[in-house]
Amino acid sequence: MEFIYYFGDVFSPLSFLLLLGGTIGGLILGATPGLSPTMAVALLIPFTFHLEAVQGLILLGAAYTSTVAGGAVSAILLKIPGAPANIATTLDGHKMAKQGQGAKALQLSFLASAAGGIFGVLLLIFLTPLLAEWALAFGPSHLFWLAILGVTVIGSLDSASVVKGLLSGCIGLWLATIGFDDIMGAQRFIFHPSLGGGINIIAALIGLFAIPQVLTMFAKGRRTEGAEVIEVQKHSVLDATRELLRCPRALGIGTITGSVIGLIPGVGGQIAGLVAYDQTKKFSSEKEKFGKGHSEGVIAAEAANNAMVGPSLVPLLTLSIPGSPTAAVLLGGLLIHGIFPGSDLFDNHPDVAWTFINSMLVGQVLMCLFGLYIAGLAARVAQVPQSVMAAIVLALSVFGAYSVQSSMGDVYVMACLGIGMYFLERFGFSAAPLVLGLILGPIAEANFIQGGMIADATVGKASYFLTGGLNIFLIAVVAASIAYSAWMELRSRRYTTKEEAQA
Amino acid sequence: MNRSQHIVGSGLVFAVGIWVAWVSFTQEPAEAFLFPRLIASVFVVLAGWTFGKAVMGLSKVGSGISRTMFLNMVPGLALMLVYVFWAAKALGFYTATAIGFFILLSLYDPAPHSEGKTWVKRALITGVFVAVMYGLFAKLLSVYTPREILF
Repeated sequence: MEFIYYFGDVFSPLSFLLLLGGTIGGLILGATPGLSPTMAVALLIPFTFHLEAVQGLILLGAAYTSTVAGGAVSAILLKIPGAPANIATTLDGHKMAKQGQGAKALQLSFLASAAGGIFGVLLLIFLTPLLAEWALAFGPSHLFWLAILGVTVIGSLDSASVVKGLLSGCIGLWLATIGFDDIMGAQRFIFHPSLGGGINIIAALIGLFAIPQVLTMFAKGRRTEGAEVIEVQKHSVLDATRELLRCPRALGIGTITGSVIGLIPGVGGQIAGLVAYDQTKKFSSEKEKFGKGHSEGVIAAEAANNAMVGPSLVPLLTLSIPGSPTAAVLLGGLLIHGIFPGSDLFDNHPDVAWTFINSMLVGQVLMCLFGLYIAGLAARVAQVPQSVMAAIVLALSVFGAYSVQSSMGDVYVMACLGIGMYFLERFGFSAAPLVLGLILGPIAEANFIQGGMIADATVGKASYFLTGGLNIFLIAVVAASIAYSAWMELRSRRYTTKEEAQA
Repeated sequence: MNRSQHIVGSGLVFAVGIWVAWVSFTQEPAEAFLFPRLIASVFVVLAGWTFGKAVMGLSKVGSGISRTMFLNMVPGLALMLVYVFWAAKALGFYTATAIGFFILLSLYDPAPHSEGKTWVKRALITGVFVAVMYGLFAKLLSVYTPREILF
């Protein structure tokens, strides 16, 4: 119950102002199609440099929570999901809006998001200290395998192709080795002076998440967005609350599905929303209403995609393994303030850890309150032409990357990585495992070297890294995640082939 | 999708993999390249596998770049390269941003180019945006960016 002691810190004037700003800004950014939560959080990191660690994290956490919920606005009113996590919301939400129930759909989506989100953060509060305590038993070999696990799980589960996902992870791990070696001081892969200090994580995050979006918008050309905002009629919030309470099954399935999926590294909100929607439909007595504007569809999808936010931070805060690309960006935000997740965070910086987690709890309530009132405005912002959005994101990326260390080298690295990532994505590679590789690379290498030294003085490298219960368990999980993804990929290909054959 | 695009894309990744492996296994001191060697070995195998599949026409994932997409993107990409690699430093961040932002709006804005008021609108948006950026970065965050001409 340690978190209660730090609850008051959330309400200090600056912290609360940042929480409010992050929530409202996140809702508007989330409603803007093309701006993913990960990109929004990455672009916000430079604004946290001058803040205390805890205040920076409050801003990033609020933006993360509310961009996921804000995506429902454009999903419902424009039929364009603000983020992949809101795809399932579009199925019934937009139909409701077309039937004149736009306000009701929005209210249900924010209320369900808040309910799911609060449950998810409570899970984060109660699971994190237990796992952080357990993480104390980890030695260098375990931490090495954990870092590899982080890359392989996201590489295999988050990508359409297992091989390309793992290859993306390898590219990230290689990029992390660029610069001077920490132990020998040797130069590694420095083929341009800008790389002398290695690749700055924040500049890389901005480039990898923002620049591909900018190029995607360019690639659409001078296109007028055909989406039309559906006008929202007034609807009583009390009635929406009653409606939500009348659908405990949809809310329960959404919340539990989202929380469980959030705990699994690499499985994002998109999967959570779709699985929850599908399960709610299966268990519903009104199956035929799904897809035609049924409120249970909106409730399940939104409860799930916000319920996964809290649990997705559990592996990050306890084991330094980000459970999602956005969690990876948050890890970058922690590292620039010299804070390392895990037991260190809870033992040495409990004020930072608990105030951040508490702010996410308060943020869920604020997100619900403000979401209900600014949904209309957010939908208008979502109609801003892509040309304006692309130019804004590009300029913010350049200024953001430069402000990290006042170095043009970081801007060049940001642009090169971003342009490279755009083309890699077009060929089926994924940014998430690459980012994970880049962030976890130094952790993996430091523990590999440290473990190697211990092994040389004791049992030898093979025994040290490949034996012992925990090592074998972690290696088995790495192998299982790759095997599972490969099997799923082969299965879906077989189905494609069958369909092709039938066609 | 165009098979040759997959071959070129995965071929480039494979070439990088071979270079990484070559550097890792030939540079000294060897102790500094232990971890890169581990990664390079996996990197080369996976990149080789991907390249092999592309050559055999078995690459299924990734939709590539269509001619229309490419032609749409080229002006913006060219402007981005000039902005990042030359103008930002040579002209100063705010001047370069103002020029680049206005050109980008003009290039990609679906509003007609023949109407005077659309140009005024673009100029206004550019002015407001640069003022906000100046307020945020120069005043609020105290980031001293290169300011070669004007401000």
